[in-house]
Amino acid sequence: MFRKFILITISIFFLAFNANAGSDGELILKKNQPAEIKDCFENLNRATFAFNQALDGIIFKPVASAYRVLPSPLKNGISNSLDNLSTLVTIPNNILQGEMKKAGINSGRFIINSTIGILGFIDVAQNLGFPEYEKEDYGQSLATMGVGPGCYLVLPVLGPSTARDATASIANFVGGDAWYNVTVNNDTHYFTDFDYYASRITAGVDFRAKNYDAIENLEKNSIDFYASVKSLYLQDRQQKILNTNKIVETLDDSDWEEIENQ
Amino acid sequence: MSFKKKLIIFLLFTFCMSNANSIEPDIFVQSTVNRASQILSENITKNEKINKLKLIAKDTVDIRGVGFYSLGSARKNLNNEQKAKYSELFENYFLKSFSSRLAEYTNPEINVLGKKVLNKNYTIVNSLLVATSERPEVKIDWRIYTKNPDNPLIRDLIIEGLSLARTQKEEFTSILNSNDGKIEELFKKLEEFSKN
Repeated sequence: MFRKFILITISIFFLAFNANAGSDGELILKKNQPAEIKDCFENLNRATFAFNQALDGIIFKPVASAYRVLPSPLKNGISNSLDNLSTLVTIPNNILQGEMKKAGINSGRFIINSTIGILGFIDVAQNLGFPEYEKEDYGQSLATMGVGPGCYLVLPVLGPSTARDATASIANFVGGDAWYNVTVNNDTHYFTDFDYYASRITAGVDFRAKNYDAIENLEKNSIDFYASVKSLYLQDRQQKILNTNKIVETLDDSDWEEIENQ
Repeated sequence: MSFKKKLIIFLLFTFCMSNANSIEPDIFVQSTVNRASQILSENITKNEKINKLKLIAKDTVDIRGVGFYSLGSARKNLNNEQKAKYSELFENYFLKSFSSRLAEYTNPEINVLGKKVLNKNYTIVNSLLVATSERPEVKIDWRIYTKNPDNPLIRDLIIEGLSLARTQKEEFTSILNSNDGKIEELFKKLEEFSKN
């Protein structure tokens, strides 16, 4: 059993860390094509997905449903505060990706929103004309360095991920997330573990509430809900990694062109 | 009137007539959205709304094209009989799925913002679904098939950068992969969905 575990672990890492020094936008695009990402543990993933769905039905869906009836300014404020906390992970990743200008802008955004914006509740920076905020994480940084996504994974509670992204998220707990450092890692007397976990759970509820109708709709109208979620997640990741507003699908029209000849 | 003059007038007339019928993709999208919005705001039952939305979808979406795109490489292995059966099953599936999704919205406000011509066959029209108290604004891009400019057709909706056609394709691929590529299993699933 232990040997099997080691073999599986090595396989995941082998698939994930096939880094290529000469990577460019096109190569990153190719590596992160949803259709190219293998579902190595599909049976296990489907089982975890079913578990997550059950958990969603019991906890997240009812809570998100109640959250949705809160007044819009309050929901926007909560959402802004969560975005503000996430800049603490975005800034080091801007630097890792060589985006120094964005790192500067996001540092300014964090300082302004945390102070004038009352702990991020009001997005003052956006009103001042700062560019639209784009979240970054360690998975995206690894991807821009040419690390492939590896196998598709469904994590208990956390949901869809890839071997690369799941591995990269460990960086948050070993010093890569200043919010985690001041709440859980160090006793600062100002924050507690509760603050960190409450913010993470609220972020989950906020996401579920924002996408409430879309998720319900997708579930109702999919003939394979697992496959639909997987496709949407991987498309979203691909876009975030490329930092593009372009429609990724339009980058390759060959499949559409082929239909002409049907 | 000289023959040359007549010919010039005739050519000009023909040119004007041919352009008069062509529909700009952004105008086509806005008009489609307006038609759907009107139905959704009508005081009729949900089933009546669904039936009316199905008619709009039949008019404006290239259902056959989306269907074959969704099949991916599996479309190359189909014989004519299977192609015909698939087209019929996919149309029923698509119309049910599409209209049920739309019928959940009440009077959505969608504004067309602009367009980008990709090539002579495709134009992407950019639009925005206006935010409500329950959901944030949503960017929706429309892939319009413009091979016949007189009859543009929708081939994909890209919501916040996520392509519905691509999602559909990967969903079908997953079903085929789980069933050793047997197309009959996909047919069965499509039939079940349409019946329920």
